[in-house]
Amino acid sequence: MLTRLYALASPPRFYRLADLWSRWLLWCGIALLLPGLWFSLLDSPPDYQQGESVRIMYVHVPAAWLSMFGYVCMATMAGIGLIFRSKAASAVAHSCAPAGAAFTFLALVTGSLWGKPMWGTWWIWDARLTSELVLLFLYFGYLGLKAAIEDREAAARATAVLALVGVVNIPIIHYSVEWWNTLHQGPTVTKLDKPSIHLSMLLPLLLMSFSYMALFGAMVLRRARGEILLRERNSGWVRELAMGEKA
Amino acid sequence: MSLVRALGAVIARDLRIAARGSGQVAQPLLFFTLTCTLFPLAVSPEPALLRTIGPGVIWVAALLATLLSLEGLFRSDFDDGSLEQLVISPWPLPLLLLAKVVAHWLLTGLPLLLLSPLLGLLLHLPTAAFGTLLATLALGTPVLSLIGAIGVALTVGLRRGGMLLSLLVLPLYIPVLIFAAGAVSAGAAGLPVAGHLALLGALLALAAALAPFAATAALKISLN
Repeated sequence: MLTRLYALASPPRFYRLADLWSRWLLWCGIALLLPGLWFSLLDSPPDYQQGESVRIMYVHVPAAWLSMFGYVCMATMAGIGLIFRSKAASAVAHSCAPAGAAFTFLALVTGSLWGKPMWGTWWIWDARLTSELVLLFLYFGYLGLKAAIEDREAAARATAVLALVGVVNIPIIHYSVEWWNTLHQGPTVTKLDKPSIHLSMLLPLLLMSFSYMALFGAMVLRRARGEILLRERNSGWVRELAMGEKA
Repeated sequence: MSLVRALGAVIARDLRIAARGSGQVAQPLLFFTLTCTLFPLAVSPEPALLRTIGPGVIWVAALLATLLSLEGLFRSDFDDGSLEQLVISPWPLPLLLLAKVVAHWLLTGLPLLLLSPLLGLLLHLPTAAFGTLLATLALGTPVLSLIGAIGVALTVGLRRGGMLLSLLVLPLYIPVLIFAAGAVSAGAAGLPVAGHLALLGALLALAAALAPFAATAALKISLN
């Protein structure tokens, strides 16, 4: 098992596998996105209170989930990269950051668009909005540190430390902000008893979530291939690859 | 030399350098005072309003003053190579860094604490809240120094680390700011503050236990 994992972590092998996986994930993502969009935009009931605006939720909620999932994924991969000195893992961690930041931004924008008709304001200093904004800053900090360190090996390890510090702090920030001020509605899908959301609304939400997940994976792997090429640009296999494509 | 003496030597050295050096202690204090002075000028000199925003203003100013002083934690030692001597010394590096953080707090956090009642007066804070203000600064500013040490350790090798440092560290300061400013506001309104202070204490315990290790890892990467 371990030897197989080690083999996977070798950059040339990861480079080839990531190509295959990202294609699969991309097609899965598109295949889920089309019915997801159909159900969420056209073929689902309007909410009895929110009316048609509820449809923004199907774009917003998965983005918010992914924004947090992306950070955890980034920190996990960064930790693996730091401990086992795996180039593939730290390349994945690096490429989680812009993708995660993009979903965080999407969650903020769609949330704001939903907030205007529902709460009557674009922005409110509510707990979840604030912690999502802080999450965006954490992503920017990671990206800033990555860009500032020229040596790629050192950049990978320094950002890994930052990601791990961040992942310890995210729950603390989240709960301190929650305790400070909250207006946001409680969770409706992950409650331990039966979810308080009807199936006709749950179906598009889940379709969209899985589609987002797959697209996130495809995006991350595609970017990770670029990171690997950049970091390994002086090694033999990359040269062979470049020569092979030229010939 | 025992470990305790080694840690004492690290603290004493930093204090001595500050005592002989130039404005390392005075400048953050002046910055702190100046920032607090700007708010009545910019917002309104109305005492009732100042009383409401006072706790937040004092804490934001303390936070920024700490942020500006952080660079001094490792910068000069990095430049003259004494940081490398710390790393190769036989004593555990996390404890040595903790000693440096303690010295940094004695040079920046403690003076802020001592000066804060004066700013409380300037911002018309009710005298009943002064005790809470001192308690939050006593518990909160060490957390700022501890978290800041991680950020400085990550950026000390970079040429333009200053802006980046604030981007890395400020989001992590948010919980301290919320509980500390919340406690002072509650104290000013005559509400109980024990809960806020307990949470600040918890943050301090967590930061003191974990931050030295993260700072060690970060520093070793920066020195490579």
